[in-house]
Amino acid sequence: MGYDPANPMQDRITDIGPPHYEQFFPAVIKKNFGKWLYHEITQPGVLMHKAESGDECWTVRVGAARLISIDHIREICDIADAHCDGFVRWTTRNNVEFMVDSKAKVQPLLDDLASRGNKFPVGATGASVSNIVHTQGWVHCHTPATDASGVVKAVMDELFDYFTSMTLPAQVRVALACCLNMCGAVHASDIAILGVHRKPPMIDHDAISGLCELPLAISACPLGAVKPIKATNSAGQEVKSVKVNADRCMFCGNCYTMCPAMPLADPEGDGIAILVGGKVSNSRSMPKFSKLVIPFLPNNTPRWPETVAAVKNILEVYAKDARKYERIGEWAERIGWEKFFEKTGIPFTIKSIDDYRLAYDTWRTSTQFKFTSHIK
Amino acid sequence: MPKHDTPLLDELEKGPWPSFVTDIKRQAATKPECWDILGQVELSYKDRITHWKHGGIVGVFGYGGGIVGRYSDVPKQFPGVAHFHTVRIAQPSGMYYSAAKLRAICDLWQKYGSGMTNMHGSTGDMVLLGTTTPNLEPLFYELTHDLNQDLGGSGSNLRTPACCLGKSRCEWACYDSQALCHFLTNHYQDEIHRPAFPYKFKFKFSACPNDCVAAIARSDFAVIGTWRDDIRINQAEVKAYIDGKTPSNGGAHSGRDWGKFDIKKEVIDLCPTGCMWMEGDTLKIDNKECTRCMHCINVMPRALRPGAEQGATICVGAKAPILDGAQFATMTFPFVKIDAETEFEEVVEKIEKIWDWWMEVGKNRERVGETIQRVGLPTFLKVMEVEPIPQHVREPRSNPYVFWSDEEVEGGFERDIREFRKRHAQ
Repeated sequence: MGYDPANPMQDRITDIGPPHYEQFFPAVIKKNFGKWLYHEITQPGVLMHKAESGDECWTVRVGAARLISIDHIREICDIADAHCDGFVRWTTRNNVEFMVDSKAKVQPLLDDLASRGNKFPVGATGASVSNIVHTQGWVHCHTPATDASGVVKAVMDELFDYFTSMTLPAQVRVALACCLNMCGAVHASDIAILGVHRKPPMIDHDAISGLCELPLAISACPLGAVKPIKATNSAGQEVKSVKVNADRCMFCGNCYTMCPAMPLADPEGDGIAILVGGKVSNSRSMPKFSKLVIPFLPNNTPRWPETVAAVKNILEVYAKDARKYERIGEWAERIGWEKFFEKTGIPFTIKSIDDYRLAYDTWRTSTQFKFTSHIK
Repeated sequence: MPKHDTPLLDELEKGPWPSFVTDIKRQAATKPECWDILGQVELSYKDRITHWKHGGIVGVFGYGGGIVGRYSDVPKQFPGVAHFHTVRIAQPSGMYYSAAKLRAICDLWQKYGSGMTNMHGSTGDMVLLGTTTPNLEPLFYELTHDLNQDLGGSGSNLRTPACCLGKSRCEWACYDSQALCHFLTNHYQDEIHRPAFPYKFKFKFSACPNDCVAAIARSDFAVIGTWRDDIRINQAEVKAYIDGKTPSNGGAHSGRDWGKFDIKKEVIDLCPTGCMWMEGDTLKIDNKECTRCMHCINVMPRALRPGAEQGATICVGAKAPILDGAQFATMTFPFVKIDAETEFEEVVEKIEKIWDWWMEVGKNRERVGETIQRVGLPTFLKVMEVEPIPQHVREPRSNPYVFWSDEEVEGGFERDIREFRKRHAQ
């Protein structure tokens, strides 16, 4: 008996949560759970985990778009069936991991993956650029300032050799969020690609009273730039509405989130900011936020050449200059941010100086600095 | 549904990285609405702006979360995506799957959706991308009855919890992140499915301080594995690293010639607390000084392991920048035993104490980290009945503006100005 539209609540099952994970473990994982001794990356994209029992779990990590079809997932299932007893997992960075229980099974798996065109690039281990975590962009989101999947594709095409090798000083985590809401939480990434708006919202006086609760739209603004007014709609009627003090607007888009009658996206206004130097792990230094180094690059579709070039430049200057184990943020702090700008050739602008809350924490209150080309 | 010309998107079929455009075209063979996805995205590439309308509240009966409504603003041009709602499905802990389970989900989505997915959404759910309102109830029925799966969270509720792969395949896991994640996900189904909070609330579980799920950056309640005794050392394996017999950092740097492994330069000198040294061939660690950053363990995984007395540090209040700026989670509970035997009692008690307080004092759309900022960490610690310790701060405050209370000051705040004036002329 399937779903009966006449009795939608009949036999209803709710709140069962996800199935227990253990049923999806490959045998070698289940047997050695909690008893792993060490791991080694034997080649880019291939990890060997050694258990106390002497068992080995060999993992082949492959990149994937985050936006994938069910036909692609079925192909992943075919590979899992052919090589991995029908099991597979995803990583937190949208990579797919195929696990086998002996070294002998690795090469046939790699050969199979390679035979399928460019669908399953092997890599993302160690001192590499792993897959980009990202958001929806123009494929599904209502508030984006840029696309996500297309920018990621263009950037990963250019960084591809860093995905499939381990030549960098440390792992480099790249992330993209298509607006300041940062569904992708890019604020602690080595290189963050962030969609930004630059025009204040327009006010749709015809729609606002039907769509929005004005007090919520007003209080949504962290800078008090949204004020109540009486406006005239297209029919010539006086309506309660709002206005935006453009001088105070920082283009966060929070008002649009609360009030659909205040759209701010714009082909010329929107684009990408680049932030660098964030990290999440506690290794050596504490977690760090990403810092804004390029305030704006245009949405130059379909391949965002300015963004791709900017990311590649930062990555390669870092790769050449940093010490082994140093993350981008640790490198920038060691050489000094003035040196970061000098070495990367990125023009330092006033837009990198914080003037929001807690800004003072980032201002230099010391006579210690380096004489770079910035000092004339 | 007809195919649209997509000259801009076609440019994204070039290059070595897997192309989502090629993939969507492939799916269009059996799901022709995929042509309309491509058509609308192509229009966005031309116009350089989104073509999705704002909002649209849809869902299944009895749930306030799990489905995100989405409508095209050009539905006449692209009727296949006129409705394009998202379905969030709670993922199994650690994102392990069987092919059979994945195929069943694919079949369900073949029947009721666009055929496109996100594996996975940023929070961790499997995201099925694009369906219509009439399909939601039948989809939910088959999801729960035939697939034994459930929806995740959306809106002002507990979002679907997520964890690292923990003890299943990692030698550094200091607690069973999958067990805790699975338990709490099931324990709090009501909080996931029925919004009752001031704003979203996220749990993330990383089993060691490397924090592979970025708990400290993006979760309101971050449980990060740690230990409180001594790093376990295998001196013979230390020697093997020094002698160059074992690649450093598990082989992570093997793509470049960094020269011979130098334990002083690569481990001892990079230790943030300077608590390591060599005595002959023996590596010494002053464990009392160690802050468990993981660097030495990361570099020499065969020689060093986290200590055996394991648990977790719990940090509270991370979020992305909207609105007051990004926050990392603040270290609140330095060491908590993560014990499945007691049904994770210690963790549950802390969560509920936070919720009880935040639901009372949190403003609309205020993440708990912002509430803590607003009232101050001292107030939050008092609410949590946590003894203040130096570990709660990077450094003591540098201003003297202490909020003394009436009962803390001898004689209290009440004074008589006339008595005062008897001794002190105006």
